Amino acid sequence: MEKISASEVKCYHCGSDCPEEAIALGEKNFCCLGCRTVYEILEKNNLGHYYAFTAAPGAQQKKSHLKKKFEYLDDSGTAGRLIDLTDGTVSTVTFYIPFMHCSSCIWLLENLYKFNAGVQYSRVNFLQKKITIRYTETIISLRGVAELLATIGYEPEISLQATEEGNKKTQDRSIYYKTGIAGFCFGNIMLLSFPEYLSIVNNVDLFLKGFFSYIILTLSLPVFFYCSSGYFTSAFRALKKKMINIDFPISLGIIALFGRSVFEILAHSGVGYMDSLSGLVFFLLLGRLFQEKTYNVLSFDRNYKSYFPAYAVIKKEEGEASVPLSALKEGDRILIRNNELIPADSVLIRGRANIDYSFVSGESVPVEIAEGEIIHAGGRQKGTALELEVIKKTSQSYITQLWNSSDFVKPDENKIITFSNLAGKYFTAVILLIASGAGLYWLQAGIAEALKVFTSVLIIACPCALALSVPFTLGSTLRIFGRNKFYLKNASVVEKLSGIDHVVFDKTGTLTKLNERNIRFYGADLSEEEKEVIKSVLYNSIHPLSRSILKLMPEVRLWGIEEFMEYPGRGLEGIVQGQKARLGSVSFVIGTEAGIPSGSSSTVYVSINDEIKGFFRATNIYRDGIKELASYLQTYEISVLSGDFDGEKETLRDLFGSKAKIHFRQSPFDKLSHIKKLQMKNCSTLMIGDGLNDAGALMKSDVGISISEEAVNFSPACDAILEAGEFSRLADFLKFSRTSMKIIYMNLVISLLYNIAGISFAINNNLTPVISAILMPLSSITVVALATLSTNLMAKIKGLR
Amino acid sequence: MWVLVILMFFSLLVALIFLGAFIWAVKSGQYDDKYTPSVRILLDDELKINTDQKRKEK
Repeated sequence: MEKISASEVKCYHCGSDCPEEAIALGEKNFCCLGCRTVYEILEKNNLGHYYAFTAAPGAQQKKSHLKKKFEYLDDSGTAGRLIDLTDGTVSTVTFYIPFMHCSSCIWLLENLYKFNAGVQYSRVNFLQKKITIRYTETIISLRGVAELLATIGYEPEISLQATEEGNKKTQDRSIYYKTGIAGFCFGNIMLLSFPEYLSIVNNVDLFLKGFFSYIILTLSLPVFFYCSSGYFTSAFRALKKKMINIDFPISLGIIALFGRSVFEILAHSGVGYMDSLSGLVFFLLLGRLFQEKTYNVLSFDRNYKSYFPAYAVIKKEEGEASVPLSALKEGDRILIRNNELIPADSVLIRGRANIDYSFVSGESVPVEIAEGEIIHAGGRQKGTALELEVIKKTSQSYITQLWNSSDFVKPDENKIITFSNLAGKYFTAVILLIASGAGLYWLQAGIAEALKVFTSVLIIACPCALALSVPFTLGSTLRIFGRNKFYLKNASVVEKLSGIDHVVFDKTGTLTKLNERNIRFYGADLSEEEKEVIKSVLYNSIHPLSRSILKLMPEVRLWGIEEFMEYPGRGLEGIVQGQKARLGSVSFVIGTEAGIPSGSSSTVYVSINDEIKGFFRATNIYRDGIKELASYLQTYEISVLSGDFDGEKETLRDLFGSKAKIHFRQSPFDKLSHIKKLQMKNCSTLMIGDGLNDAGALMKSDVGISISEEAVNFSPACDAILEAGEFSRLADFLKFSRTSMKIIYMNLVISLLYNIAGISFAINNNLTPVISAILMPLSSITVVALATLSTNLMAKIKGLR
Repeated sequence: MWVLVILMFFSLLVALIFLGAFIWAVKSGQYDDKYTPSVRILLDDELKINTDQKRKEK
């Protein structure tokens, strides 16, 4: 090992500064043994050119405590739930790897087989940050695979959800199959029907005519029995609940089309309407495909189990052991390291707890907790390792209890009366009335004629135009919102948004910014010299509050520091220019809390030479454009729920006016019951929140929107995710959802006009396959074109991208 | 007219082959991840030679 001066040397692997005693290997220097090991592994396996992709690819890599971390994967039950597929010797597993961030990550992860002979193959899904690995059980275990990934810097994140419920979520591809097959059949049936349209075959060859119609019949079988099966089952399921949805009249139309066509073909009385049938089903499926735009990267159904780790490290007499979270009992001693999540409500036994509850409450300033006090599950330790004693199981903990509440259920999707289902109900009634009326009238010409008219009405009145306008309009809206960084779970959320009349805001983290604070100094006027002292001490700390205070005094001169001590979670102490300064919490600076007004965690007291100068207090900054948003939302009723004290009541009143309901000190349960109360009063509620403490309210409300600084990161179960930067445009989105509904109404009128035209043919017993083959695709195409074009045009007019 | 029947048969056969290809593509997961393959194709297995040359040039 050679000695190189510290400042110039950067680690070859991770790019951070090397310590004075840099660890060298050949010409290359490393900051730590870990980085060198990774380099050696890479080089040994002929993967050294990894470094050619990016300089210092190992940057930001967390040092992990690998020894025991994945021990719980040896448990066959846990492993069994994680593994996708196994035949005893060869297994396939999918891991979520949050650190995956660039193309060289894909490259390295897909070359995993070069590190270990047990790995047969690995495939990355970059957008989902997932890797699928096939490996040989006899050479490497599941734990081994996880550890291998961790050693090269891609530690898999295994959530509680994955280990408890398994992650075998196979993608449903049937919509692709159905659309493909329907398209195939539609094209060929159209081609074979052309002679009939042009009436060429009439006097040519009866044999050929029969031949064509039998091919058509064969081709229509998969369309009827496979491609349209979704509509039958949906209609049937609704019927069982004594409801009629839009799929019912569609199914009726499809059955009428198919039944009559089969009869005509077999009786040699005509060629039937199979072209109309297959075209209709194809268009309907296209609509469904269009509507099913999903954001792969985002997840809308996460609960606490997706965030909590799958294991906890228990301290036992014989040492440490990692156990699955479900096996954690009251009384267990657990170890929590820096940046780890507290898995269950526990009491602090040893260590300095500095807990970041931003996950739970949206408040990002860490809270200091003394030994013997309770730490709630969901907090994240920032600082040194802790020893805790569990007092409640994970599922019984304060925040996770929310999920056990009987109110914690989304209203049944089938019970929600959507516009298309409502329309479907009336449609069915009217159509059946007209069809039977016309049928009765034609009864005088014989039963055959009457049946013909009856089916003709059902065929032509099939509300396919309506059934198409809804998915295409809502699907386009979903895409437009997505371009504007407002991601919806599915298209039906648009419709629900349009019906909202009460908007509920969470305060911390939603109305206020998460990581920015407004800082003011309260106390005696500081002299220039004192400011210099304070700045010089703060300069040495990386605590978020220190960094924020520093921004207050950019022009103050900086001195070198003589003695500096940082007490994690408590404060700083340093000597600058012979002056001793202490900055930090009340107890740290003053020594006692007596006589001091409530010192919250966001208050930093200052003393210089043991004389108290005053304190810095950080208050939340409201997001930009809230004022405008509030004035736009005047037509809505508004509630603001805050977990905080009522310190900012006046500010909120100013923003939202005197009518708004503003509640403080709201627990997660209070928020949930507030929504419930509103719903009892028949309000359609929109909840906007961000943390796990809003999870109940987000779930219960008609639409729950989760605000996220980065959409990929964290969001509790919700209907939509809104990127924080676009928060002020919420009113635009609400308005546009109403515009979309208007477009649907407009399309309804157009499709009704087509239907009236069609029905007039049908009741006169004039419906020929040619008319049907022209009218039905024509109405579908007009509606689809109108729906997509007008939605996109309106979006442009309304200023959405 | 028999020629029409034969033509019909062949055209359907060709169309079925394409349908089969489509179903195979869906089944093999080509519609599941539409992004990663676009990156993967740019990653070069032969990169090692290039970087060695670069180092020699230095």
